[in-house]
Amino acid sequence: MANRGWDEFEIGAMLRSFDGVSNDIATTQQEDRNYSQSNSFVASVADWRIEKPIFAKDFCIDCQFCWIYCPDMSIIARDKKMIGVDMDHCKGCGICVEVCPTNPKSLLMFPEHADEEAELAKWPAKESKEK
Amino acid sequence: MSEMKKIKNLKEFSTSADRFEGANLLCPGCAHSIIVREVLNATNDDLVLSASTGCLEVCTAVYPYTSWDASWIHIGFENGSTAVAGAESMYKALKTKGRLKQPDRNPKFVSFAGDGASYDIGFQWISGCMERGHNIMHVVLDNEVYANTGGQRSSSTPIGGSNTTTPAGRVSYGEKKTKKDMVSIMASHGIPYSAQVAPNKWKDMVKKIQHGFSVDGPVFINAVSPCTTEWKFDPKDTMMLTDLSTDSLVFPLYEIIDGHELNITYRPKTVVPVEEYLAAQGRFKHLFKDEYKYLIKEWQERVDAQWAYLNRREEARV
Ligand SMILES: Cc1ncc(C[n+]2csc(CCOP(=O)(O)OP(=O)(O)O)c2C)c(N)n1
Ligand code: SF4
Ligand code: SF4
Ligand code: SF4
Ligand SMILES: [Mg+2]
Repeated sequence: MANRGWDEFEIGAMLRSFDGVSNDIATTQQEDRNYSQSNSFVASVADWRIEKPIFAKDFCIDCQFCWIYCPDMSIIARDKKMIGVDMDHCKGCGICVEVCPTNPKSLLMFPEHADEEAELAKWPAKESKEK
Repeated sequence: MSEMKKIKNLKEFSTSADRFEGANLLCPGCAHSIIVREVLNATNDDLVLSASTGCLEVCTAVYPYTSWDASWIHIGFENGSTAVAGAESMYKALKTKGRLKQPDRNPKFVSFAGDGASYDIGFQWISGCMERGHNIMHVVLDNEVYANTGGQRSSSTPIGGSNTTTPAGRVSYGEKKTKKDMVSIMASHGIPYSAQVAPNKWKDMVKKIQHGFSVDGPVFINAVSPCTTEWKFDPKDTMMLTDLSTDSLVFPLYEIIDGHELNITYRPKTVVPVEEYLAAQGRFKHLFKDEYKYLIKEWQERVDAQWAYLNRREEARV
C-alpha cells in the first residue's frame, strides 16, 4: 500500500486507522491497539529533533503536567505514573521541561546525541531558591 | 445519554488513551494539538470529527497517514461545521428509523477550525449550524492569523500585530483593526452554550467541553492557541504564552449559557500587565518603539474595559 501514489486509489478507497474491529479505542492503550500502516503512529518524527528530553525518574512526583501539555502525545503515562518519553513521536519542543515543577527538574533537554546514562549520572542537584 | 467520563484531577485524566496520534506534521510546540487532546480526552464516547482547512487539517492527514483514531471528515476551508452537521443529521435520521447498528453509543460531533476558517471564511456556515440547532460542537483553534498559508491577517487578528498582509514598517504599526468578538456573536444565536477556553487551564477546559457535550443543541468554543511560528516565540514557551494570555485578561475565560447568562470562570490571582503579554511575542516587537508605545497603553485600556464589561454582565445575571 505504501508504494501506491495518491492518484492510484479508486475513488472511495478507505485508509483505516486500525486493522480489524476497533470499538472502544478510547479505553484501549496504544500497546493494545492494532494500528494500521496508514496511522501516523507507525511513523516517526525523531529526526526533527535537535535536542531531546531525558527523564530522571527519581525526582518525578507524577504530577502529569508534562503529560497534559506535551503537544505530541509523547509523555507516556500509565496507571497515573509518568514512565518515559516516546522518542519516535517527540519533536523536542521542550515544553515538558518548562512545565516540570520539581527541583531539580525531572526532565531536561540535551543535544540529540547526548548519552542518557552519562547525563543521568551527573544530573544537576537541587537548586536553592535565592531570596 | 451516556455517562460522563470522570476526571477529578490530572492523575486521573492521564489514564486517558489519546485518540490523536503523534508523527503528525504540526510544528514542535504547536498549541492546536494540546487543545485537541484536551477536547478529545474529555470523553470516552465515539467521535465524529471534522477539520476545516488549516494547520490542523493539513498536518494530520498527510498521505498515506492519518493522525486520527476516530471518524474524521475534511471537505474544504469553509465547511467543516456543516460537514459534521450533515453527519449529525444523518445519524439522527437513522436513529429515528431504527437503522443504526449500535444505537446506544452516543457519538459526539465536533468540528475543529482555525480562526480564518471560523471568523471569516466559514462564518456563514457556522452561523447556519448554530441557527438550525444541530447537536454539534464547533471549536476554534484561535491563533489570530492564517498560519497555514504564512501569516495573513484574519478578523481575529488583534490590533498592532505585524502580519504578512498588514506588516509593521516605516509607515504602519501593522494590523489596524481590533479583534472581532466571536463568542458574543455566536451566543447571540441563542445557542445553549458558548465559551472561551485556554489549554493551560485544562480543568476549566474539560468542564466546559463536558458541559458542551451534555447540552442539547449547538455549542461554540473559542480556544486560544499560541502559535510559535506566527506569534514568534520559542516553542518551549507555548504554555508560558498561554499563561500570559489568560492572566493578562487578553483572553478572559468565561461562558455564556443560553445566549445570555454570562459567567466568568477564571479570575487570575495576580493580573499580569498586557505589556508583558505583548513583549513575549515577536509579532508585537515594534510596539515598544517610542512612537508606538501609546498603542500598548490603549491595549491595556481596552482589556480593562472588556474585563469590566464581562464583570457587569456577570453581575447583572441577564
Ligand atoms: C476557500 C479557500 N481559500 C483559501 C485557502 C487557502 N488556505 C489554506 S489553509 C489557510 C489558512 C488557514 O487559517 P486558519 O483557519 O486560521 O487556520 P490555521 O492554519 O491558522 O490554524 C488558507 C488561507 C483554501 N484552502 N480554501
Ligand atoms: S520535548 Fe515536546 S514533544 Fe518531546 S516529550 Fe517534551 S513536550 Fe513532548
Ligand atoms: S512534570 Fe515532571 S514531576 Fe510532573 S510527571 Fe512530568 S516529569 Fe514527573
Ligand atoms: S504555524 Fe502555528 S498553528 Fe500552524 S502548526 Fe505551526 S505552530 Fe501550529
Ligand atoms: Mg489561524
